[in-house]
Amino acid sequence: MIQVEHVSKSFRIAKRNPGMKEAVKSLWHREYEVVEALKDISFSIKDGEMVGYIGPNGAGKSSSIKILSGILTPESGTVSINGRIPWKQRKEHVKEIGVVFGQRSQLWWDVPVMDSFYLLKDIYSVPKQQFQESLTELIELLNLKEIARTPARQLSLGQRMRCEIAASLLHSPKILFLDEPTIGLDAVSKLAVREFILKLNQTKKTTVILTTHDMQDIEALAKRIILIGKGKILSDGTLLELKQQFPNEESLDEMIASLYKSYQIS
Amino acid sequence: MKKYISFFRMKLIAGLQYRVAAYAGMATQFMWGGMEILIYRCFYLENQNSFPMQMQALASYIWLQQGLFLLFSWFLETEIINSISDGNIAYELCRPCDIYGMWFSRTMAVRVSRVLLRCIPVFVFAVCLPAPYGLRLPPSFTAAGLFVISGILGFLNVIAFGMIIYISTFFTISAQGIRIFAMSVVELLGGSVIPIPFLPDGLRQVVELLPFASMQNAPFRIYGGDIAGIEAIQVILLQLFWLVVMVLIGKAWINKALKRVVVQGG
Repeated sequence: MIQVEHVSKSFRIAKRNPGMKEAVKSLWHREYEVVEALKDISFSIKDGEMVGYIGPNGAGKSSSIKILSGILTPESGTVSINGRIPWKQRKEHVKEIGVVFGQRSQLWWDVPVMDSFYLLKDIYSVPKQQFQESLTELIELLNLKEIARTPARQLSLGQRMRCEIAASLLHSPKILFLDEPTIGLDAVSKLAVREFILKLNQTKKTTVILTTHDMQDIEALAKRIILIGKGKILSDGTLLELKQQFPNEESLDEMIASLYKSYQIS
Repeated sequence: MKKYISFFRMKLIAGLQYRVAAYAGMATQFMWGGMEILIYRCFYLENQNSFPMQMQALASYIWLQQGLFLLFSWFLETEIINSISDGNIAYELCRPCDIYGMWFSRTMAVRVSRVLLRCIPVFVFAVCLPAPYGLRLPPSFTAAGLFVISGILGFLNVIAFGMIIYISTFFTISAQGIRIFAMSVVELLGGSVIPIPFLPDGLRQVVELLPFASMQNAPFRIYGGDIAGIEAIQVILLQLFWLVVMVLIGKAWINKALKRVVVQGG
């Protein structure tokens, strides 16, 4: 159970005009602009739900995920995930979650993927028996048999992403956060990743929270969609409900573009 | 504890892969050691009475310094600095580990793995040199035992100080300035450019109390018998003192830094 109430977070961003003169001036005097990444966000997600978290670039999706996974500390508001406050009980909290940041890598760059997996086993103190079971299963489902002995630096993006997903599930987390898991993947890899996530949610009842710009991801995976824009939650409902708002749009992407425009967040 | 040992193992395996770097490093160490011995020999032959150390003790000091260069010399792991400045720390914060312990064991492993490859040829070469210019066994078993204890403490002190520099990266984005400043200070005051006994009186007494003297200065001088008996015990206690102080500062500071962490790059 994830409960988020009135969470706000802002960042201070250094700003200056271009040019040498301005750069020298900024040695003495810095101008900062405070950007409110999240303004009074509230929602709750039940166990076993699969939720798509969408919004234009810079809407606050990644910041929300980082708060939920205990990396960032919000300025105000409360979050309770299975009874814990992520940023205060970070170590206990992260044992029960898996996180994939599509734009970063958690695999150790210069050793075979399998070495990374074994290290993660020790980091999460996964019992040997349980580790073997989930490893065998993940290798089978994500088709990693051939690539598990390759150093991570020599994998293609699609291969690496499958390994990243496996790496985040070795400790059988109850909640999985996916921050743009299909970014840059080809059609085959995308389908494989989607199919796997769907299966995971159905068989293991893992709660999945997914951010993406790929509307096919959302259509394939998420029954419930939370729309966020300029740091605020704008709508929370099913894909069908959104579609009914814009019956004239032909493709999903066009529908979402109209949706963003209608909220003036694009 | 097991997870930190696994980190250590992982880095050790990765570090052992880089053979060419090891050969190149070894060649440098032979050259430096030989050159330093030649320079100090000139001074020694000129006026033995104003030489603050025995030539033999100095030669052992220099060869230990070359052989164990990567345990005690001043360098930082760019991987850790980069993870802070490019935001990959997001993944590290998703692990049920103490960040301080994780980085500490990682840095230790990198240094040990590099030294393992390089120290033996340097020592074999140095042992074969004629007295008093080569490496000789310590004068007594007591000196040998105290050398090992003091060596371990010195090594930990180097890392504890490095940790403080890593953490400063949270506050500055580019740690370059602080790193270069810290490097000059450590090299000069730690006795890696000139052994501390060669510093002028007055300055020397102050420098010997600083944490930098608790790094390579202490074990190398205990080895050659330059520091012995009750004085050696005092030096080791001082090393212990600085280790505790620097670890406490580092831990307190990292906790403060993590509360205001910003993940760079989305």
